[in-house]
Amino acid sequence: MSATSAPGAVSTAPSKKPGDTRPSAPKKARNPKRVLVYVLLSVGLLIMSAPFLWMALSAFKTPQDLTASPPVWLPTEWTLENFRELLEKLDLPLYFMNSVIVAVLVTISNLVFCSMLGYALAKLNFAGRNKIFGLVLGALMVPGNLMLLPLFVLMSKLQLIDSYAGLVLPFAAGAFGVFLMRQFMQSIPDELLEAARMDGAGEWYIFWRIVMPLVKPALATLSIFTFLGSWNNFVWPLIATNDPDKYTLPVALATFATDPNKAGGSNGMLMAGSLLVVLPVVVLFIALQRHFTQGIATAGMK
Amino acid sequence: MRTMTSKAAQTAKVQAGPGASGSPATGPAGRRGRKKSMGVQNVAGWLFSTPFLVLFLVFMAFPILATLVMSFTDFGLRNVTHPLDANFIGFENYVNLFSDDKFLKSLFNTAYFVVVGVPLTIFLGLVVAVLLNNGIDRARTFFRVGFYAPVVTTIVAVAVVWRFVLDPSDGLIAGLFSEVGLTSPDFLGSETLAMPSMIAMAVWRNLGTVMVLFIAGLQAIPTEVREAARLDGAGVWQEFKGITVPLLRPTLLYATVITTIGYLNVFEEPFVMTRGGPSDSTLTVSLNMYREGFNFFHMGYASAMAYVLFVVIMGITVLQLRLLKDNTK
Repeated sequence: MSATSAPGAVSTAPSKKPGDTRPSAPKKARNPKRVLVYVLLSVGLLIMSAPFLWMALSAFKTPQDLTASPPVWLPTEWTLENFRELLEKLDLPLYFMNSVIVAVLVTISNLVFCSMLGYALAKLNFAGRNKIFGLVLGALMVPGNLMLLPLFVLMSKLQLIDSYAGLVLPFAAGAFGVFLMRQFMQSIPDELLEAARMDGAGEWYIFWRIVMPLVKPALATLSIFTFLGSWNNFVWPLIATNDPDKYTLPVALATFATDPNKAGGSNGMLMAGSLLVVLPVVVLFIALQRHFTQGIATAGMK
Repeated sequence: MRTMTSKAAQTAKVQAGPGASGSPATGPAGRRGRKKSMGVQNVAGWLFSTPFLVLFLVFMAFPILATLVMSFTDFGLRNVTHPLDANFIGFENYVNLFSDDKFLKSLFNTAYFVVVGVPLTIFLGLVVAVLLNNGIDRARTFFRVGFYAPVVTTIVAVAVVWRFVLDPSDGLIAGLFSEVGLTSPDFLGSETLAMPSMIAMAVWRNLGTVMVLFIAGLQAIPTEVREAARLDGAGVWQEFKGITVPLLRPTLLYATVITTIGYLNVFEEPFVMTRGGPSDSTLTVSLNMYREGFNFFHMGYASAMAYVLFVVIMGITVLQLRLLKDNTK
């Protein structure tokens, strides 16, 4: 589900106009209405953040606090015991590294391959271009679950189960990335490329030295979404790994959480684990959020 | 690759000379230059497309066809090592599917999830977007980040957290219930409440996506249109009904389609929170397919399930595109 929902955030970007970033200036006068809006939004935000707060607080609670009745909202005694116990039972640094390696490889290959095709579709006039673009649009619609079974057989035959290659290859060039890069690259003036061609520059040189630096915001947007998509991906890593040492973070956490022998119903430990899985993503998102909206705004220029 | 294409570019420039006179009306050198490089662009175009196309063919086109072929076979565990030994059994898998109570139940559960979940997600996403677009300027980024945060988080982790939030003895909801002197029901252990709980979680997680889409859509509505309406004396509600909703139709269409596709594929939530239980009340088609395919290795049968789901998704998407598009005319 993450694969379809995350990209959605940018794909309407073309409809946004850069000049409209602060359109609500003339509405300052209506104060009672604004108070109501703030109240509604704050209540909504509280509901939205409640599960996160609950997770974060529970991760630091003692077993007594976790099962106390009536419930204890704030830990009476802050403890790191849940984290210590979790790290003892679950090799999180290993899974973290697996997730990072896979996500980085997927991101790099998407940046290169999607940009290449995006450039060809936006700026090169070649026979079959429209057919390839149709293929990309079609690929956007196909649910990933449709491919799982033969993909597993294929990877078994290629002996790529339990390998990074097996985790990366099916996601190495996503249709969404091609679509995004094509949209961005269309806004590059043809005259610029023509001038370079006149000077005898090859297409690869033009792509790599002229076009790629011009689409850095799009590359940033694509990196963020691809990295997140890979980081949160669950179904394929679940299928493509048997060896626990090759698990990615979500697979390790899910296996741990659904195995009664391992987690033993220790909610404190599970909340500590969830916190460690969710925290890097949320921090990354908040840190890059500005960059990310800039990317969306730039996408709207064309 | 670089030297190759630039060499080709030079030859092409020489060769394409006569062809350049095709559009003399536009005259300037730049126009002719584009025509000149037509020949090289065929080579370059395909070279630039190759990496994507190879990956697409091997890891997407081939599996899509293979799933279809497998759905007409008795593909099982031993065929993972010897795929070509699987026997063709015609439509047997499909026939069996529609007399399989478990599959029919998973189909019903998925429909339940979509029919209740999608409108709720779209409605709440629209409400938040409209609120954020009205009178909020300073705190807008803060709220937007807050409402969008669940979207970026790992579903597995979020499902683990929600499982604890809904825990009947130690969970957050149970705590709130006991504060007011009530006993919390066992949300995930109840056949009637498990699915609504999962829908609540899905709405919570996906509302941000819809919100971002609608904010972009709202900001694309020209301010002049709104001002004109106000000058003509339109009230808040009239403005919403007469301008916002009609002009948001493309966004609404897109948001509905992607949310529906996502929800039809729902897998992680029941996998982590309920394992499809209690008594299959949260067993979705994707989870059912995963179990048949990868726990029991009835891969032919699971392929048939995958295709039924695919056809349903395609059908619903086309239907939604039709319904929502025709209304704008």
